[in-house]
Amino acid sequence: MVELLIFLVLISVGYFFGQRSEAKHFRSIRARELELMGLITHNGKHPLGVDQLGTVTESRLVYGSVVISVDYFKGVVAGLRMLVGGNLGTYETLVDRARREAVLRLKESCTDAAQIINLRIETSAISKGNQNQVGSVEVLAYATAIYTQ
Amino acid sequence: MFITNTEEIAGKKISVCHGVVSGSTVRAKHAGRDIMAGLKNIMGGELTAYTELLTESRDQAIQRMEDQAQQMGANAIVNVRFSTSSVTAGASEIYVYGTAVTVE
Repeated sequence: MVELLIFLVLISVGYFFGQRSEAKHFRSIRARELELMGLITHNGKHPLGVDQLGTVTESRLVYGSVVISVDYFKGVVAGLRMLVGGNLGTYETLVDRARREAVLRLKESCTDAAQIINLRIETSAISKGNQNQVGSVEVLAYATAIYTQ
Repeated sequence: MFITNTEEIAGKKISVCHGVVSGSTVRAKHAGRDIMAGLKNIMGGELTAYTELLTESRDQAIQRMEDQAQQMGANAIVNVRFSTSSVTAGASEIYVYGTAVTVE
């Protein structure tokens, strides 16, 4: 009985706080993405439009990273979903959030760059002790920022 | 020291290649932070403690790679790649490697 109660409390806390923080996070991601849209970022090896770019004065490695964890509710839903298979929507939004946040942090670290090239994104799961399930994901985005005169 | 993850540095010419350099760190957060992260795991959201931990260790790994390149007499590192792996629960290894070169 007590265990069931704890479970219900955890799941409702997870649901309410998780949904709220996710909605908030997505709003902030969208706003910042719009703001930084002017900064050209791509995953090619060479800068785009070399003739218009002018002389490159500096190029340096930049990166942004974030660790985001699932909430209890999402974990339970994903666990149930795994019984029947199919899309784990709760995890999809999780990694989507993490990737976009990592790229945004990368862009924010070099807003005065002319271009950001060779963007690479890497995802890894951080194990959370005894339970052998995905508790949180770490996303690292790294790229080369190019500065011109 | 120029560090990029492209094969060449735009506007510069690579004159000498010194070979692969790398740096790595394995780090864990103290238990208190781990408990906080455990709580955060119920509510979801960003685990700031872990983000900081990984940023710190990544900076250190880059520093170690830079030191190695400096010893070789290089002034730039190109084609840098990162990789992360979890060694045990609560600790993670950050590995960074690249090619040490001299540019003009």
